[in-house]
Amino acid sequence: MTVEELSLPSRIDTVATAAAAVADFVGRSGISDDAAFGIDMAVREAVTNAVLHGNRQDEDKIVEIILKSSPDAVEISVHDQGPGFHPEEVPDPTAPENILKTSGRGIFFMRSFMDEVDWSIRPGGGTTVRMLKRR
Amino acid sequence: MAELNINERQAGDVTVLDMSGKITIGEGSVALRTAIRRLLEEGKKRILLNLAGVSYIDSSGIGELVSSYTAIGKEGGQLKLLNLTQKIKDLLTITKLLTVFDVYDNEAEALNSFK
Repeated sequence: MTVEELSLPSRIDTVATAAAAVADFVGRSGISDDAAFGIDMAVREAVTNAVLHGNRQDEDKIVEIILKSSPDAVEISVHDQGPGFHPEEVPDPTAPENILKTSGRGIFFMRSFMDEVDWSIRPGGGTTVRMLKRR
Repeated sequence: MAELNINERQAGDVTVLDMSGKITIGEGSVALRTAIRRLLEEGKKRILLNLAGVSYIDSSGIGELVSSYTAIGKEGGQLKLLNLTQKIKDLLTITKLLTVFDVYDNEAEALNSFK
């Protein structure tokens, strides 16, 4: 098992920074190109949510990312310090009444591209999203 | 280098935006929004986005495409898409937007469709 941790500021440019670091980690993990593309999509959306909706771009708050690679899977957890998140409250962006909405597709992409996605409230506050891609 | 490069050209009364790079949250999405707003202010309402050079788009970028589509539609114009990469086509398929946008693989056909 290989593990890496990142701690990044709550700014929009953190999304690209995180994506580059994850791409590097995933590249070294030897996962397929298709899987790597999906992980990249999902990580960008998860970090975007952490920065915008979790930490609300408050630079006193950080986004932590934990990357794990095992022989079976790559697992990525993204932590924020926000008020908590309830994925069941996010409407289905592919429902006819939502197709032309300009936002609300991030969670859908995370679920589409990863094999497992779940959210939990951290002890002490904040949300963790854990995403797993099997090899 | 900018995240998203946009070159504008005129083909009859259709404005073609040749785009290359990434349409992602932040700079890329803002560049697209700014370009579309400027064209609408100039009265250019028939717009073809050539996405041949766009390697990547995230949910923010897709939101910006939808926003552009509805903004242009409200002004009585049309937005069409040209030369999507397979990955972007896949994203529009799973979000059910491929049937909303008018999508072409051939520029001449795309331009003719505005008439």
